Amino acid sequence: MDDVFRALADESRRALLDALFARSGQTLAELTVGLPMSRQAVAKHLGILEAANLVSVVRRGREKLHYLNPVPIGEIVRRWVGKFEDVRLDALTDFKEQIETSQEKRRA
Amino acid sequence: MPERAPNFVYVVYIAASPDTVWKALIERDLTKAYWEHYNVSDWKQGSPWRHVRLDEDGTVDLIGTVVEIDPPSRMVITWGTPGDPADESRHSRVTFEIAPVGPSAKLTVTHSDLEAGSGMASGIAKGWPAVLSNLKTLLETGHTIEGDLWG
Repeated sequence: MDDVFRALADESRRALLDALFARSGQTLAELTVGLPMSRQAVAKHLGILEAANLVSVVRRGREKLHYLNPVPIGEIVRRWVGKFEDVRLDALTDFKEQIETSQEKRRA
Repeated sequence: MPERAPNFVYVVYIAASPDTVWKALIERDLTKAYWEHYNVSDWKQGSPWRHVRLDEDGTVDLIGTVVEIDPPSRMVITWGTPGDPADESRHSRVTFEIAPVGPSAKLTVTHSDLEAGSGMASGIAKGWPAVLSNLKTLLETGHTIEGDLWG
């Protein structure tokens, strides 16, 4: 679990996970295009995420595809968030999203 | 490229032997304990398998065929809903791979051939992480966390 928290404690690595959440199964080259980081930096961060088991990897021919693996985050959530809290948190998240969406609409 | 890239690749390390993890995927009573369903099949190549809900009617939520089976390290099954036409081309495909890593087992679940944006694809994205962390909890502590897996 320490590995997971250490891997998540970095804005660049969270941005990489966001990119994989939006589209899983990307190559290093594809991930580098969308992010303001060098190829070397992306490769280093992917290595740390892979070691923490937050990113899984599949080799396909000469390509290496990276996938978001949220299982360790699920373990963290399940350790401290129970069934009923889950429902309440969902309601709060929905409420926050509604407010933000209506504010964006007003600004537009 | 031999086939399309998988849709999802999930990995979980479980402090248990590959044999135990294998049993947890196929044995009725074990699947019941963490999946809110149980799996039924004779687990032979070419045999059908069913994923049955724990309700009074035993509603069948998923069906498919055992494509490849090599205990305790590898199994490939097709994965569809009984509502789909008998046309198996609409079924997706799940590969389970179990490898010993030190005292633990590494379980890799690869889901392929899912229709992007389909209800099945979004259900899968929520479902597998919950099922796999529940499986890990069951095998490592002997009990699961109460609650709705699919919540």
